[in-house]
Amino acid sequence: MAMLSFEKKYRTRGGTLVGGDLFDFWIGPFYVGFFGVATIFFATLGTALCVYGAAIGEGLASQTWNLWQISIAPPPLEYGLGFAPMTEGGLWQAITICAIGAFVSWALRQAEISRKLGMGYHVPVAYGVAILAYVTLVVVRPLLLGAWGHGFPYGIISHLDWVSNVGYQYLHFHYNPAHMIAVSFFFTTTFALGLHGSLILSVTNPKKGDPVRSSEHENTYFRDTIGYSIGAIGIHRLGLFLALNAGIWSAICIVISGPFWTRGWPEWWAWWLNLPIWS
Amino acid sequence: MAEYQNLFTQVQVRHTPDPGIPASGGDPRIPSAGFSYWLGKIGDAQLGPVYLGWAGVLALVTGGLSIFLMGMVMLASVSWDPVQFVRLLPWLSVEPPGPEWGLRIPPLNQGGWWIWCGFLLTVSIFAWWYRMYSRARQLGMGTHVAWSFAAAIWLYLVLGFIRPILMGSWSEAVPFGIFPHLDWTAAFSIRYGNLFYNPFHMLSIAFLYGSALLFAMHAATILAVAKMGGEREIDQITDRGTAAERSQLFWRWTMGFNATMESIHRWAWWFAALTVITGGIGIVLTGTAVDNWYLWGQKHGLVPDYPQVWGDPAVPVQPGELDGPMLAPPAQGFPGLDTSMHEVFVVPGTDVQVSFAEVTLSQEIVR
Repeated sequence: MAMLSFEKKYRTRGGTLVGGDLFDFWIGPFYVGFFGVATIFFATLGTALCVYGAAIGEGLASQTWNLWQISIAPPPLEYGLGFAPMTEGGLWQAITICAIGAFVSWALRQAEISRKLGMGYHVPVAYGVAILAYVTLVVVRPLLLGAWGHGFPYGIISHLDWVSNVGYQYLHFHYNPAHMIAVSFFFTTTFALGLHGSLILSVTNPKKGDPVRSSEHENTYFRDTIGYSIGAIGIHRLGLFLALNAGIWSAICIVISGPFWTRGWPEWWAWWLNLPIWS
Repeated sequence: MAEYQNLFTQVQVRHTPDPGIPASGGDPRIPSAGFSYWLGKIGDAQLGPVYLGWAGVLALVTGGLSIFLMGMVMLASVSWDPVQFVRLLPWLSVEPPGPEWGLRIPPLNQGGWWIWCGFLLTVSIFAWWYRMYSRARQLGMGTHVAWSFAAAIWLYLVLGFIRPILMGSWSEAVPFGIFPHLDWTAAFSIRYGNLFYNPFHMLSIAFLYGSALLFAMHAATILAVAKMGGEREIDQITDRGTAAERSQLFWRWTMGFNATMESIHRWAWWFAALTVITGGIGIVLTGTAVDNWYLWGQKHGLVPDYPQVWGDPAVPVQPGELDGPMLAPPAQGFPGLDTSMHEVFVVPGTDVQVSFAEVTLSQEIVR
């Protein structure tokens, strides 16, 4: 039941990074491996700590089970880069450690599965960029600013409030040049994803009764309409490039806010208005 | 890790340019085609041939005219000074009519140019939509690209046409300009009580980030199996090979679930389309159905109850901090910025008056 018709011949031993044959097996459709066990450990512990924090109302003025309102706040700024008591941000610190442990274990598990299937390492590397963005937010920037309190709170609405408040600390975050680049990459990625998904569907789903079209149709359609077809391998290179840059520039735009620029972002553009070429 | 990861094309093949498959209608293609070595490093090296057709001509003419008019309005706003045009270009704007005009057509220099630019741009976009639709049909393909494009046009029309009509004023629309449209976005969020509390904004952002996630997952997977021919997706859909099998097992073993070589593109289509569909719904509801998303969120139990941890937020002014060149707007104002952004509105539920342009342009007011 848990296996696809062609799956059995791929389920072979080997390819693990650590542990040899120890956890080299599947449970249902899931591959386990040493890093599967590590992921389960960190994810379960982190989730339990989140539930515990919600139960005691940590990070809020009053306890709530309202899913939108639950929030685990980082320590107050006065704790600097030290450990805080469990109910004053220590939970946030422990959950952050669990999250990073779970994310890194997940990436390494992806690497093991890639090795097992004889695939490239593109997926774990791409996932590593997402981890990098998260670590930038909750580790690198707080380290540079000197307090864990600069991390964002773990809660659905509270993390939006954090984004809003931190944004307005710099008056108008849209003027952050790295934010502009990041947003442009996000929009371009979605645009390109829409085009790629559409193109494949339009080739495999022509008018009722017509045969499935070919990659010649893909190329002709885009050469006809915009003069260039990037091609089957190229669109996946471009898509990966765009998506990873969206994450990378997001990390850059927040890590420069505070550590490298403390004023309003609109003011940053003064260098352009004051270039010597204008006078 | 040391082996070849297929990030660049290492050997490029040259041949006579591919003329494209025959089309069942439309004008002949413009036959000229060539090759670019650097494009060939990441994708197909061939450039052209391109198809024009009447819809393509119409789209290029109206779109070009719209952008030309925007440039001329901006140039006029700096007294036709080309140096100041380049210097101030990011701040320059083609503003929609003022609120006093409602849905009437004002004179050209009071928002009429905005109507013209918007009209021409819309004609261009619709002509381009028709071009994407009709060319797909002429090549015997499905019309999925056109319908994906239509989803984006929905958001465009909501911002510049549908919502202004529902609000009864063209002044509600977005200005044309680099920083001005960012100012509009921020002012819009503040005016309606923080757009982050708008559930359709939440959905749109989730689909936007989801699209980046999905494209990273899909593109990385295909590149990882490209040595088995995984990028030939049509072949893998119709006649499954080991590349498709491995790419599917990768996600099945990783997260217990996998798409197929075809269905991943349905996921992709919907994630991209829903980004703009939900975004348009969020905008069209703002100011029409909901006047303040924060108060809406409060009413529906979204707003967390935070402890009071902050002291006086006032920061002492550092010596020399207020002497910078850009801490106040020039007395005559920035050309193109002297707009409705300067108008004062009252924050709902308080007697605090806010003018967005002053907030962004003057540190001293904030102090």
